Amino acid sequence: MAIEVRIPTILRTYTGGAKVVETSGSTLGELIKNLDAAHAGIGERLVDGEALRRFVNVYLNDEDVRFLGGLETPVSDGDTVTVLPAVAGGSR
Amino acid sequence: MLTISRELADKIIAHARQDHPDEACGVIAGPLGSDRPDRFIPMENAARSPTFYEFDSREHLKVWREMDDRDEEPVVIYHSHTMTEAYPSRTDISYANEPNAHYVLVSTREEATAELRSYRILAGNVTEEPVEITE
Repeated sequence: MAIEVRIPTILRTYTGGAKVVETSGSTLGELIKNLDAAHAGIGERLVDGEALRRFVNVYLNDEDVRFLGGLETPVSDGDTVTVLPAVAGGSR
Repeated sequence: MLTISRELADKIIAHARQDHPDEACGVIAGPLGSDRPDRFIPMENAARSPTFYEFDSREHLKVWREMDDRDEEPVVIYHSHTMTEAYPSRTDISYANEPNAHYVLVSTREEATAELRSYRILAGNVTEEPVEITE
């Protein structure tokens, strides 16, 4: 089972510079655990305890997973998961 | 150092003025590795706030995919401060996650003038850099 995960520049230190890696899982949560098993440390950049970090955007194909099921979102073979740290900021 | 055309610098300032009193935000894409800002992409501030900005997550994906298809990267990420100086705040620093980008700040707190300044933000460290405006 292969699911493509597209890694943003800032997290490529965990993947040896790779922009795209492959992993597996039946839910997004499981996928992230498997991703972390192969690329130690990346998991906690994406997940805080039981939920996706607020300022990290994760997309399943074209949809932001926040509008799907968050970490419970089912994923399947042939899907693409894209990670993009949010671009945000403010006066304080 | 940030080298940017007068035309692009003016576009950033015009966008900031247009969205005042909310913070404005956007990207200027350039060819990968060129460090040259080229394609102006104003973005929606999904927070629509005078003190916070955030790219709309769908638009963010669309723009990043487009840049990838065109072999571009975000050379400039800009936003405005509407009441404070054009210097990165603590939140600006914590959410600066594009290591190769020049973070450009504009302040719209004065009507008559616009401060435009540029910074590198790497691993929580801010370094101001000179801005060279080319005609």
